[in-house]
Amino acid sequence: MHRLAKTTLLATALLLPAGVLLAQEADESPEDLAVEMRQGHMLNFAHNLMALGAMAQEKTAYDAATATAAAENLSHLAAIHWDYYWPEGTSNADRQDTGALPAIWENMDDFNAKHEALQQAVANLQTAAGTDLASLQGAMGDVGKACGGCHETYRAKEE
Amino acid sequence: MRRALLSVAVVALVGAGAAWWLTAPDNLPASALDGVTGDAGRGQVLFAAAGCGSCHIAPGAEETDSPVLSGGRRFATQFGTFVAPNISPSPQGIGDWSDYQVVNAVMRGVDDEGRHLYPAFPWNAYNKATVQDVADIVAYIRTLPPSDAGSLPHELSFPFDIRQSLGGWKLLFEHRDWVLQGDLTPEQERGRYLVEALGHCGECHTPRNALGGLDRSAWLAGAPDPAGKGRVPNITPAGLDWSEDDIVTMLQSGFTPDYDVVGGEMAQVVRNTAQLSDEDRAAIAAYLKAVPPVESTAPQPGAGDSTAEEGTASDEGDS
Ligand code: HEC
Ligand code: HEC
Ligand code: HEC
Repeated sequence: MHRLAKTTLLATALLLPAGVLLAQEADESPEDLAVEMRQGHMLNFAHNLMALGAMAQEKTAYDAATATAAAENLSHLAAIHWDYYWPEGTSNADRQDTGALPAIWENMDDFNAKHEALQQAVANLQTAAGTDLASLQGAMGDVGKACGGCHETYRAKEE
Repeated sequence: MRRALLSVAVVALVGAGAAWWLTAPDNLPASALDGVTGDAGRGQVLFAAAGCGSCHIAPGAEETDSPVLSGGRRFATQFGTFVAPNISPSPQGIGDWSDYQVVNAVMRGVDDEGRHLYPAFPWNAYNKATVQDVADIVAYIRTLPPSDAGSLPHELSFPFDIRQSLGGWKLLFEHRDWVLQGDLTPEQERGRYLVEALGHCGECHTPRNALGGLDRSAWLAGAPDPAGKGRVPNITPAGLDWSEDDIVTMLQSGFTPDYDVVGGEMAQVVRNTAQLSDEDRAAIAAYLKAVPPVESTAPQPGAGDSTAEEGTASDEGDS
């Protein structure tokens, strides 16, 4: 339910001008919004990987068109300028509803480098996804490493 | 009167002697390595299974096939901060130690001079490994590049800075028997070996008591994350409803069934489990399905905090 709410919020954010969204969410602070937006964004990564993962694990049949579409989504999602997702005062030392570690704000350059590493991995995935199953499988592994490489240092498990 | 004093003194002496004896290192038998030759080739994957590199490679070092075990990683705990030592094959590391001495350190928590080693080094899991596997790991470590970095001192508060007191800790909390007992399939037994011995999964996933001993009645039921805020999740069947396939996929790629990607210290564990065979990852999954389900305890507030909350948690039975 919570996840659905975040995804809906993100979908809304992509469709509506920011002003409309802010008006709708008037009771939320900019920090609340940033946290929900970035978490929704992350869920979109996961959602698009799901289709690719099912193929990579040979649970569904490999289909070049579907794979390419999901990989393109990922590359759009990874390309977004996301500075506004990470305002000061939104680490898990400041609030309960986030897994973002204070280390992000102590090493913003490295955090951004990890974001760029993801963009690179996803660009490779875009080429591989339409090629064949073996290429897809290889490229998926590198995307997982790019996601995990950032989560390793900058994200704690929420509970 | 003098007699009484004398007997008090004798009792005290005997007591001190017994305490010393009780807290003295319990080494592997001198013959433990007889007929055992370490195989560096086998040792490479066992080194990954045991995660030695996760702690002993310098923080921030690039990933490589021949890691430098120069130490320097810091581990914050309630007792102070431990710093991993240099264990590379150099005079500053274990270069001058005999194979027996290194194997004894890994399996008994005793260094080359007979001093107790802290359980931040998970010898309390490795004590269940086979001597052959540990000897293979040592043979592999001897093929890695040497480093002349000096080991840094731990930053511990009194009385935890007294190594001799670890003898008492060992008496209370060292366990060389398996947590999961009973009839197991060969696959579950292999999984038990990988989880309880080499992989030391319980060191992070099992809660500890006030003295840092593992609470084996809540085996793998999750614990506060010592590395900061957040929690290490419950991976008993009560906390983890993933299929065995899901577990295998995560151990190989980091992807969870939701296509989230595990982070924190688990990201390093995945770099290690990714090097295992498919059979070994499947064995770990089979074992995780076989451990008793234990509900997570409520996240414990900082040490010494309100007992009221603990009371509430146990009253409610779970949370
Ligand atoms: C540059 C760093 C970075 C990269 C790269 C990254 N993440 Fe994240 N991710 C984070 C942080 C930080 C959080 C915690 C956000 C929060 O809770 O506020 C997070 C949270 C998440 C969450 C949980 C969202 C929720 O519901 O709270 C998921 C799922 C996730 N990431 C998936 C991914 C996937 C899949 C990828 C790769 C395609 C990825 N992430 C790449 C930093 C990153
Ligand atoms: C969770 C982190 C961790 C892991 C995993 C780990 N170690 Fe250590 N190790 C330490 C720490 C911390 C110490 C210091 C203990 C002390 O000073 O009492 C240590 C000490 C040692 C020592 C004694 C060094 C000395 O100079 O006294 C040796 C040998 C050693 N480790 C080898 C290994 C091997 C081999 C493995 C894998 C089988 C391994 N370690 C896995 C953290 C770790
Ligand atoms: C050094 C500490 C550490 C060790 C050792 C460790 N884990 Fe973990 N584990 C974690 C942390 C922290 C997480 C949470 C990661 C996240 O979601 O970002 C985790 C997550 C997991 C999860 C996912 C659970 C979930 O609900 O998301 C599984 C399964 C797991 N570990 C299994 C294992 C197994 C099997 C081993 C031993 C081979 C192991 N772990 C060893 C720290 C550790």
